[in-house]
Amino acid sequence: MSEEKTNYREIVTRGIWKENPVAYQVLGICSALAVTVKMSTSIVMGIALTTVTAFSSLIISSLRKKIPSNIRIIVELAIISSLVIITDQILKAFFYDISKQLSIFVGLIITNCIVLGRAEAFALANKPLASFFDGIGNGLGYSLVLVTVAFLRELLGSGKFLGFNIIPQFIFDAGYQNMGLMVLAPGAFFIIGLLVWLKNSLPGISKPGTYK
Amino acid sequence: MGDLLILFINSVFIGNILLAYFLGMCSFIAVSKNVEIATGLGFAVIFVLTVTSPVNWIIYHGLLAPGALAWAGFPDLDLSFLKFITFIAVIAAIVQAVEMVIDKYSPLLYATLGVFLPLIAVNCAILGTSLFMVERHYTFIESIVFGAGSGTGWMLAIVSMAAIRKKTRYADVPKGLEGFGITMIIAGLMAMTFMMFSGITL
Repeated sequence: MSEEKTNYREIVTRGIWKENPVAYQVLGICSALAVTVKMSTSIVMGIALTTVTAFSSLIISSLRKKIPSNIRIIVELAIISSLVIITDQILKAFFYDISKQLSIFVGLIITNCIVLGRAEAFALANKPLASFFDGIGNGLGYSLVLVTVAFLRELLGSGKFLGFNIIPQFIFDAGYQNMGLMVLAPGAFFIIGLLVWLKNSLPGISKPGTYK
Repeated sequence: MGDLLILFINSVFIGNILLAYFLGMCSFIAVSKNVEIATGLGFAVIFVLTVTSPVNWIIYHGLLAPGALAWAGFPDLDLSFLKFITFIAVIAAIVQAVEMVIDKYSPLLYATLGVFLPLIAVNCAILGTSLFMVERHYTFIESIVFGAGSGTGWMLAIVSMAAIRKKTRYADVPKGLEGFGITMIIAGLMAMTFMMFSGITL
């Protein structure tokens, strides 16, 4: 029992750090860039994606022996889109403002490569529970990148953290200005690029991933 | 007519689907290593977008929109929550059909585009364009123009990116920044140049 537990923990941490889907496998960057202007939207997006990935992996893995392999993509897409519809309806019902701000990006979880990628790469070859934890791990890894990028963009771009001003007024009086660029599209590209640089240069991680 | 032209220019430059809305990033990063391949994928995306956007418009306004089924006796029915699953099914089906038609009638074109067509089905630019079309309440003609414009903008971005990346092969990039990192920074610079267009009001 304890052996299995460590096994699951290993699966989850692998998704969060060692094989982080955004930084190493270059998956799912579309939304990682688009929703990160504010912390609140990116936290909600992270939770939504983690839920969808975890449950789609669980369902696809439990059906993996039933799905004929030549039509598996369309079956996987049907399962994923049903889960996304549920998520979208829940967001509309309970977090209407945030759902409006996320606009089409909740729907785009369907084509987010992380969900389909985990289904193809892990869920089709592993047991349901392991796939569930793999989904959670990858979802959390994605959320980690999202929240980090959002934190930097919100802090540098509008001087706020979760909507509260945290840069004291005297710094503005001394001539500090918010970087308008960070709120706009290019800021997201730069921050992701620099974060990847930072991650590759950290000690203990020698190989720069499979991406060349 | 003038409105349509403005919409087209808007969706190519000012609201570039890739550099302003970040849609279709995955294939943008993965396929932008070679100019010819990027051009091939670009044309495939333009084609698929120009077809899927109006087809999804017809399906949305004919079946899914609130009150669309009034003719069948369901004036209060609102099926718009089904749009995600419908759109993705339509896109996958059209991509498959296009692939078969091209394979049958133009082997030469198939040899160029064939490999990319399955990739396109899960390109978020395609689904995103259809969802934007619903959210912005475009008319039927506008949805065709918007589809073509988004595709052209996407192609413009990926071809220029491929050309720039070809040049960076000779550049001395810091070790940790090689590959993905520098690509993102180049994309950032490209997004900045495209922001210039947003000063233009048409």
